[in-house]
Amino acid sequence: MQEGAGKMIDNDDVNIEILLDHYRSPRNYGSIEDPSAQITEHNPLCGDTVHFSIKAEKGRILDIKFVGQGCSISQGAASILTELVKGKTVGEAKAISEEDFLKILGIRLGPNREKCALLSLNALKKCLVSIDE
Amino acid sequence: MRVNPETLKKDFPIFSNNPDLVYLDNAATTQKPSPVIKAVSDYYSTVNSNVHRGVYKISEEATEMYEGSRKKVSEFIGAGDPSAIVFVRNTTEAINLLSYTIGRKLKKGDEILLTEMEHHSNLIPWYFLRDNGIVIRFAKMKDDFTLDYDDFQNKLNARTAIASFTEVSNVLGTINDVRKLSGMCRDNGTISIVDGAQSVPHMPVDVSKIGCDYLAFSGHKMLAPAGIGVLYGRKELLDEMHPFLGGGEMIGEVTYNNATWADVPWKFEAGTQNVEGAVGLSAAIDYLGKIGMDSVRAHERSMIDHIFKVMNSVEDLRQFGPLDSDKRGGVFSFNIGDVKPFDLLNQSSTKFAISHSIHPHDVASFLDRSNIAVRSGHHCAMPLMGRIGVSSTARISPYIYNDEAELDLFFETLSKCKKELAR
Repeated sequence: MQEGAGKMIDNDDVNIEILLDHYRSPRNYGSIEDPSAQITEHNPLCGDTVHFSIKAEKGRILDIKFVGQGCSISQGAASILTELVKGKTVGEAKAISEEDFLKILGIRLGPNREKCALLSLNALKKCLVSIDE
Repeated sequence: MRVNPETLKKDFPIFSNNPDLVYLDNAATTQKPSPVIKAVSDYYSTVNSNVHRGVYKISEEATEMYEGSRKKVSEFIGAGDPSAIVFVRNTTEAINLLSYTIGRKLKKGDEILLTEMEHHSNLIPWYFLRDNGIVIRFAKMKDDFTLDYDDFQNKLNARTAIASFTEVSNVLGTINDVRKLSGMCRDNGTISIVDGAQSVPHMPVDVSKIGCDYLAFSGHKMLAPAGIGVLYGRKELLDEMHPFLGGGEMIGEVTYNNATWADVPWKFEAGTQNVEGAVGLSAAIDYLGKIGMDSVRAHERSMIDHIFKVMNSVEDLRQFGPLDSDKRGGVFSFNIGDVKPFDLLNQSSTKFAISHSIHPHDVASFLDRSNIAVRSGHHCAMPLMGRIGVSSTARISPYIYNDEAELDLFFETLSKCKKELAR
């Protein structure tokens, strides 16, 4: 609340705009027919939901789509994540840590809203377990 | 006396430390005025000691203050007898106390009647008893967000041992006629429990007029410190009850073979008590007493009337609660668009549309950027969220230090939120 107390990350405002852009116009929105793997994850406290479907071949994510419902952070983050991992190997995607992903999002989040931001990463990792690397 | 928010605000140090703060989350907890902070601080600085135990001066003074607070509470809610007042941590603990004492005496097939608009703290303590074969029933809420009294009456039957209901819904602001409900219970031989967490801080509440068997409320929602709350019970019922927590101070005599219990209310106050909390609560009651609970209620009613007048300035706003301020406390839950629960059947449908509503957390975060503090989420009333067809809502709950200008600012900012976050 006090002036100058926050702004741990310099590009906060820009990153908020990027996140909101993904929220307003989600990329890779929808679901893949006959996917290699799919998953639905909820954040029961806020009612945020994401569903991922993935098409993979020879350990590489060829396509990924999501549908979901929830706050701008959960939905924007899901969209950003699909762009991030599309084309990557399963191993590379699995290696993205929570810390890495929060850094990529680049906005200040309290402990409660961090859960919104990490919902999609956690869902993706669970989903990737069933795909051969 | 008419509530003057501008003057009262000066009594609350949080507002001088945060000059731009518009605090609209009073149903969660209220801010604390200087007299309450000073009472707690003075207690620590002058007579801090353990009560009921020491025979030295400051312990006797502390005991007097603690018991003086009990007397003040009993007068505040029209209980008459101070020994009908049990100090607990909060409403939640008070209802758990009842579940673990009178609830445990119920037999398989006995029924407990609740309503569809209860907080988790008036649900879960009773759900525990399902393990013993106790049946929980719910009186319906009507589509205008008021309680269906006929349904309540119909669900009272020979097996209904306990009925527990809120006086004011923390989500809808609905004011239930607890006098009427308690009367129905009495006629049926059913024990009545009133959850006063959202009523005692906001309007005159007099148990002698309500005629309930028990009333529970929390100090921190009425200007007092956290960790002090009250269970009122009719003296003859408290006398018959088994203790809740066992330990120091709640005993009569203890041997290696046996123990007897202290008289009420001390029978229910095991261990060192929150004396400073009780002292703070006493100061809070003094503060509210000077304003007058009728005036507090009148002010909140004027706040809700003002909200009704200006709420339509926000496009797509849905509100959840009775539109008659006679039946409405100072609680206003709302959403922008339909914030529906996620439909699992649609989970893999490619046609699953992007929702055009704005999530309550986004609303709350947006408002926070302008230092407007509001609540978002399920408000510890998940079954009620399902009943009104939403996953969550945002909520404002004004109190004595809020004014119309703050509400106007809130609605203006909400309109900006709608423009910026709509998709």
